[in-house]
Formats: sequence, C-alpha cells, structure tokens
Amino acid sequence: MISIKPLLAVLVSLLVVPILVSSRTPNVREAWTFVAASAKFLIVVSMVPAVLRGEQLVYTVAQVIPGAPIAFRVDPLGMLFALVASSLWIVTTAYSIGYMRGLGEHGQTRYFCFFAIALSSTIGVAFSANLLTLYLFYEILSLATYPLVTHHQDAEARVSGRKYLVYILGTSIGLVLPAMLICYHLSGTLAFSDQGFLAGTGPPQLMTILLFMFVFGFAKAAILPFHGWLPAAMVAPTPVSALLHAVAVVKVGVFSIVRVLTGVFGIELLSWLNLGTIVCVIASCTILIASLIALSQDNLKRLLAFSTIGQLSYIILGVGLLSPKGITGGVLHIAMHAFGKITLFFCAGAIFVATGKRNISEMVGIGRRMPVTMTAFFIGALSITGLPPAGGFLSKWYLVLGTLQADQIAMLVVLLVSSLLNAAYFMPIVYRAFFCPAETAMFENRVQEAPAFCVVPLVLTALISIILLFYPEPFFSLARLAAQGVTGG
Amino acid sequence: MSSQYPGLLVIVPLLSALLISVAGWVNKRLCFPIAVVGLSVALYASIGLLLRVLAADPALDGGVVLYRLGGWDPPWGIAYYVDRLNALVLVVVSVSALLNLIATKNDVQESFSTKIGAFYTLYILLVTGLLGITVTGDAFNLYVLLEITALTGYGLIAMGESRAPLASLNYVYMGTIGACFYLLGIGYLYIITGSLNMVDIASILPGLYDSKVVLAAFVICMVGIWLKMGFFPLHAWLPNAYTYAPSAVSSLIAPLMTKVMIYVMIRLMLTVFTPEFTFSVLALKTSVVWLAVIAIVMGSILALGAPDVKKMLTYIIVAEVGYMVGGAWLGNRAGMTGSILHIANDALMTLCVFLAVGNVVYRMKGYGFDDLRGIFVKMPFTMIGFVAGAFSIIGVPPTCGFFSKWYLISGGIEAGHYGFVAALVFSSLISAVLFFKLIEVGYYGSGDAHHHHGTAPVSMAEAPISMVVPLLIVAGGLIAVGLYTGDIVTHIIDPVIAQTIMD
Repeated sequence: MISIKPLLAVLVSLLVVPILVSSRTPNVREAWTFVAASAKFLIVVSMVPAVLRGEQLVYTVAQVIPGAPIAFRVDPLGMLFALVASSLWIVTTAYSIGYMRGLGEHGQTRYFCFFAIALSSTIGVAFSANLLTLYLFYEILSLATYPLVTHHQDAEARVSGRKYLVYILGTSIGLVLPAMLICYHLSGTLAFSDQGFLAGTGPPQLMTILLFMFVFGFAKAAILPFHGWLPAAMVAPTPVSALLHAVAVVKVGVFSIVRVLTGVFGIELLSWLNLGTIVCVIASCTILIASLIALSQDNLKRLLAFSTIGQLSYIILGVGLLSPKGITGGVLHIAMHAFGKITLFFCAGAIFVATGKRNISEMVGIGRRMPVTMTAFFIGALSITGLPPAGGFLSKWYLVLGTLQADQIAMLVVLLVSSLLNAAYFMPIVYRAFFCPAETAMFENRVQEAPAFCVVPLVLTALISIILLFYPEPFFSLARLAAQGVTGG
Repeated sequence: MSSQYPGLLVIVPLLSALLISVAGWVNKRLCFPIAVVGLSVALYASIGLLLRVLAADPALDGGVVLYRLGGWDPPWGIAYYVDRLNALVLVVVSVSALLNLIATKNDVQESFSTKIGAFYTLYILLVTGLLGITVTGDAFNLYVLLEITALTGYGLIAMGESRAPLASLNYVYMGTIGACFYLLGIGYLYIITGSLNMVDIASILPGLYDSKVVLAAFVICMVGIWLKMGFFPLHAWLPNAYTYAPSAVSSLIAPLMTKVMIYVMIRLMLTVFTPEFTFSVLALKTSVVWLAVIAIVMGSILALGAPDVKKMLTYIIVAEVGYMVGGAWLGNRAGMTGSILHIANDALMTLCVFLAVGNVVYRMKGYGFDDLRGIFVKMPFTMIGFVAGAFSIIGVPPTCGFFSKWYLISGGIEAGHYGFVAALVFSSLISAVLFFKLIEVGYYGSGDAHHHHGTAPVSMAEAPISMVVPLLIVAGGLIAVGLYTGDIVTHIIDPVIAQTIMD
C-alpha cells in the first residue's frame, strides 16, 4: 500500500528546524520541539494498525540508482523501532528542558535543532526500504550527532568528538560502503526482502567477508573492538547520552545489523553457511567483556555505557540464533532495553543536576536525599538485569527460549552469566544508596530531588518499564510478526 | 532563434567582453550588468540546447544538434556539434560562471576598483573560451579556444596576491607545453587523415588503427590534456595558481577549468578515437587507471599536509581529477557514467566550497586555518554552504558527490580493478579527516574563555546577502542534483554512452 506517512514521519521534525533557528524565546522553541515530537509520535502510531494487520506501507522518494531508489517501507521490525524512538523523544524533550536549563547550558537552540535532525534520521533508518536509504540516514545521523556529543566545546569534547567520528565515519565509509556496493554488484538490487537477496549470488567465502564488513561496519552497534566511541561519547549532556546513546544511535547500529542479517542475507542463507554461529560468538564475546569492564567503572555514565555495549549484543545474539523465539526476544529487547536504559541515564543526569556528582563512589547514601530517583534507578536496573517485575524479563525469557530452540547451550550459559554480571554491577549501587550511611552531609535528612522536568520523565519511563512486563503490546506483537516474517513460520 | 543557440552561446559572451572593455573606459558601473547579461544569454542558450537535445530523437539524427559556423559545411567549415554530453557540460559551465559572477560582485568591486573593466573582460573571455571548447566539433578550433581560456586565465590569476604572478608564470610555462602537445597531436592527426573535424576524423580513423602516427597522436594529445587538467604528476602548476589567485578567480577556474578538460578527454576517447580504439586496440587501460590511483592517493596525502584552506582544496581537486580520469579509463559503462556525472557534480561542489572560502576571505582577510576560528558563530550561513560542499566531497548521501562516487566505485568493482576501489574509499576517508579538521577549528572557537556555561564571545559577521544567496543556491543544488541522479543518468548520460560504448 502506497502511503506518504513514512516520509512525513521522517520530515516532520525537520520542519521545526527553521523555527528553532529563528526563535529567540526559549519557551516558544521548546514548545515547537514538543509539537514536532508529538506530531511524529502520532504519525508513527497511526501506522501501527495497518502494520499489525500485516500490510506494508511503501513510498518512493526518488529513483536515484536503478534497483536502489530512496524509498520507505514500514514493516513490523521498523515499526517497533520507530515507535520506541519517537515515544521516547517526547519524554526526553521534557527531560532536556529540565536538564539544560537546570545547568544553564549554552547553545540550547543548536542543541534542540540537531536533536530534531537526529530523530528524523533515526526514523528514516527504521523505515528504510533498502540498504541505500538506510545508509543515507545512518550517515546523516552520524553527522547530526557530532555537535551533540561535543556540545561542551572543551578539550575533552574535542577528543571524544574525534574518536566518535573516526569510529563511526571510518567504519561506515571504509566497510559498509564497499560492502553495499559489492552486494549491489552481486545482485543488482538493494531492497530488503524477508528472504534476503544475497542467496545464490556469490561464493561462501565472499558471503563471510561481507558479513564481517557489515557487522563491524555498523560501528554504532558498538561491537568489540569498535566500541571505543561509546564510553568516550559520554561527555555529551546526559539527555543526549540517554536518548541517543542508549536508544537512537546505538539502536540504529543494531537495527541496521539486524536488517542486514534478515533482509540482505536472509535466515536461510545464514543457517546454510552456518554464519549465525559466527554472529553469536562475536556477540557473546562483546557481552561478556563489556560486562566485565562495567564492573570496574566508577563514573556512573561510563558504567551505563559499557552496560549498553553488552546489552546491544543481546539483540544481535538473539537474531544470530536464527530461531523464531530468539529473533522475537532480540527484537523485543530493542524496546525493553530502551525503556530501562533511558531510565538509568535519566537518573544519572538527575543526580548530576541535583548534586553535581558523577562517580558511584560519591553516591553512598544518596537514596535518602533522592528516594524517587533511586527507586526508578532500581527499576531500570532490574529491567536491564532481566528480573521481574520489569519488562526486561520478558525479552530475556524469549532469548533464553531461543537458545534452547536453536540448541545453543553455550549461548544460554553466556546469557545467564551475563545476567549475574549485570546484577553484580548494578545492585551494589542501589544497596549503598539506600542502606549505607551517607558519607557526606549533603545526603543527610533532607529530601531534595532534581527539578520536576527531570524527575517526571524518569518516573514515567520506570513505570512504563514495569507495565511492559504485564502489557507488552504493541511491541510484543510487532516483534513476533517480525520474527514470523523472516523465518517464514 | 533556437537554431542559433550554439552560435549565440559563444558570440554573445565574446561581444559582451568587448563591450565591457569599452565600458571600462566610459563608465565602470556598466561592466557588471553587461557581464551578467552576456552570461545570462549564454545560460539561456545552453539550457535551450539541452532541452532541444533531450527532445531530439536519437534514432533520427543521432540526437545531435549541428551548427555550421558562417554557413560553411563540415568538414571544411567549423561545425559545432551539441549532443547530450556537451549540453550537460554547457549548462554546468554557464550556471557556475553566472552564479560565481553574481556572488563575487562585492569582492571584485572592492579588490579591483580601478581595473574592473579589465577584470570582467578577462572573466567573460575565459567563460567564452570554456563554452567554446565544449561546444565545438573541430579539433583545431578547440585548440584556439583552449589558448583563449589559458591566456585569460593567466591574466586573471596574476591579479591575485603577491605570489600570484610567479604562480601564474609557472602556469604559463606548463600550460603552454600542454597546449603545444595537444596541437602537435592534432597536427599528426591532420597529417594522416587530412581533416580537423572530429566526426570526420572518427570516420576516417578505423582503417588506420595500426598506424604508429595515430598512436602517437593519441598519446601526445592525452598528455597535453592531462597537463592542462593537472593530472598527477603533471599537477605541479595547479595548487599555487589556484591558491594565490583572487577569490573570485579561484572559484571560477577551480570548478570549471579541470572539468572542461576532463570533458575534452572524454570527447577524444569516445568521439574522435572511438571506444574501440581507446579500450581495445590500445593496451593502456589498466595502466592509466593505476596512474589515476596514484593521483587520487597522492592528491589526498598532499591535501593532508597543506598549510592553508585554499591549498588543501586545490590538492583535493588533484585527487578528484584522478577520480574522473580513472573512471573514464575503466572502460565500462558504470565507470564512464560516474566520470561524466562527476564532471557536473565536482564542478558544483568545488564551486560551493570555493565560494564559501571566498566569503570567509572577504570577511576574515585570510584563508589560513586560524582564520576559521569560531567561524560557525561568525558566518553561520556561509558555513552551512561550506559544510554541504564538504559533505558532497566526502560523499555523504543524498548530496550528489555520493552518487558519482557510487558509480565510480561500481565501475571499479565491475572491472575488477580493486586498487581503484581502495583508492576511492581511502580518498573519502581522507576527505572526511580534512573537512572535519576545518569544521573542528571553526566549531571550537578562538580557544579563549570558552567555558561551559558562558555564551560564545564572538558575534556574527556574515558576508553580504549577495554573496551568501548564490552560495546557498549552489549548496541546495548539490542535494537537488543528488536526488535527480536517476534522471540525469537515464536521460543524459546513458544515451551518450549507448551511442558509442561498450560492454
């Protein structure tokens, strides 16, 4: 079914860019951001029923290269991702206002402007109908997030910004672009299909090389050893880390890999060449190493960054299992991890706004001063660890079922060990916050939270994390449809 | 009227150049309007020609518009042939020249207040020469126009800063050698075929492919043109000449001169010497692509070491010339498509970055890296244009630079020439480094008092609107051309290659 809605969903946030630039009054500027975020969310939501009915909305923007137009296609996988990103943009906008004004940051117009562009390209990636369109929005996202990462414009930001570009642009130009061209050369098309389009076009060795080029080339997914940019990017203001480096940017990387695995290679080809196992091994190395590194971090945002690196590979692992339940779990984890991790980042930011503390060692006893924030932190940590009553339990449950379905017991062990490690780096923070005596007078006797604009969003996302366990719709249906589509069962 | 377009294209600018030189004595304020009118007519005529060629039926008359200069029939008279290939180049040349003319008005009037007449006379003559080279179907006429372009170019470049005359002199030597080579090659061709008309030569040559004279003619012509376009290692004159020239001249010559020479090379390869001779009879294909690989790699590396912004951009041109020569010599459809597409795209993106640098020079009085400090706050609109051009050179979709690079790399893969593919990817990475180096300097400000919570200490000092608007038009054009790549390839480039090449 041809529909212009996907294009509108992408462009709607760009429409506010001129208004952002011209606006001198912060209230008007932020009101526009809210309007754009809500409009984007509503457009995305309006497409959900059609997708759940099994229809695909398509729209072609320009015929640039034969077999590879700039075109959109809305399917369950893309819809799930777009829904997560666009709903969290609204929440993050509210949080940004509290955070940026609370700290009196400079360049707020620029900040909101590039945030809008970043979200546009995220939705663009979600709705891409082919590899070329995906690459287009992937690159725009890389470039639009550079001013956000380096927002502070100091020496540290400069170093991190360089690292960010070297990793992200270096891999996308150096690996993905040639890989994409080779694919085009082999098959004459780049359009994603449920069966993939590479089957029977080249020798197995070439397929393996292509797989490596794609998996490592989408460095936004932060697979080891291309993860270094993510901890460095934590110099960004916390709302950027929260939405972009826990949800939009990193998930775009993961989403791209999932898309390529299912829509370019196809499950059948991957299992025939046994490439799924390679993906699983790469992912599990990342999961374990990242979790171990996270154990030793004292800076809270860096710890969250390493936790994110590990969790992203859960998604890849799930798809690499090539079993319907594993794919369902992996795709569902995009949503579950997003809500859980954004809560944690919001908490880290709220602590910084309220107390100026960045390091975990300085947060002993902080639960007395910020009980709401730390409770939300606890819920987020539960969700990431995969424990009820938080939504993360559901996706991890499906991942575990997926390992059994695929007969990959080693991967089951990886998942369980990783869960233990997750608990080991999160729970001490919560324990010390509530049950240890405060070391500084700052935390004694007085409840004083961050501004309401900071606290309300994090309470909201924490609540959603819990609700998602009991009512995981429409994410669950979308994940299942996505898995059914690519496995044919 | 419309049948006279090819003539108007050259005659009107030529006459307006003469008129300007007179106006320079009478009333200096008339020079600029006359120049604008002259180039507008040229633009109108070239768009008209493109539309006519597009409407023409390729099966009927080859889709070619033939114009007999002075009514003399070819091969004796000079004939202008316009097909889709040169119609495209004509539009690119006239659009770029006109936009640059308007964009640089303020700068020219302030820098050359006493020499306005001379400046605009040379400017318009140069454009006349470029248009003539593109439109002509006569190999010797092409040489004459080549010299017109070169001589006016030497003059214009020498009007720049203190080191410009020396750079221009160097260019005179090298350019003259290049032109002589071309003339020598044409002389050989004339000896053996007795004709100077390109189509006529092409019809006589197939019987003579074994002749050593034809081989010598081809190689000598090629070397001459490579020298003129600055194909590494024959590029040595280019960086200094383009750097020390006045901004208004850099942004005219840098985008157009090399690109028109690429057009001449492709015209020789496809029309005069037919693809069969170029790719099959000669065993040069792979070696030339390797030369292009060296050009791309060396251009990129030299750009990394460049001491200032303009020098850096000129070395990028050296690399880009490698792109186009390599693409054309791959000997397949995708490579040739990429090369032709890149003529248009590279002209636009080079124009874009040079116009932006021109604006910066206008305000900051310099083009060193230090002059860019805090430039995003000082000149935000200029920098939007600059960044668009930079992204196109890096090859970020949907700017047009991505799509020509796409075709070039595809051509490399198809030909199995992985050295060329690697060179293109390498060069894209280096471009990313180069431009983000500049963006970083501009973004991090002057380094003083830039603490977290203060507002930026510098205030806005944007160039005048007449300089910014043309720049932004070009920047928008980069994206528009990118999105219309499909149409450009199917309607303009595909038919050109279908007539002559290959696969």
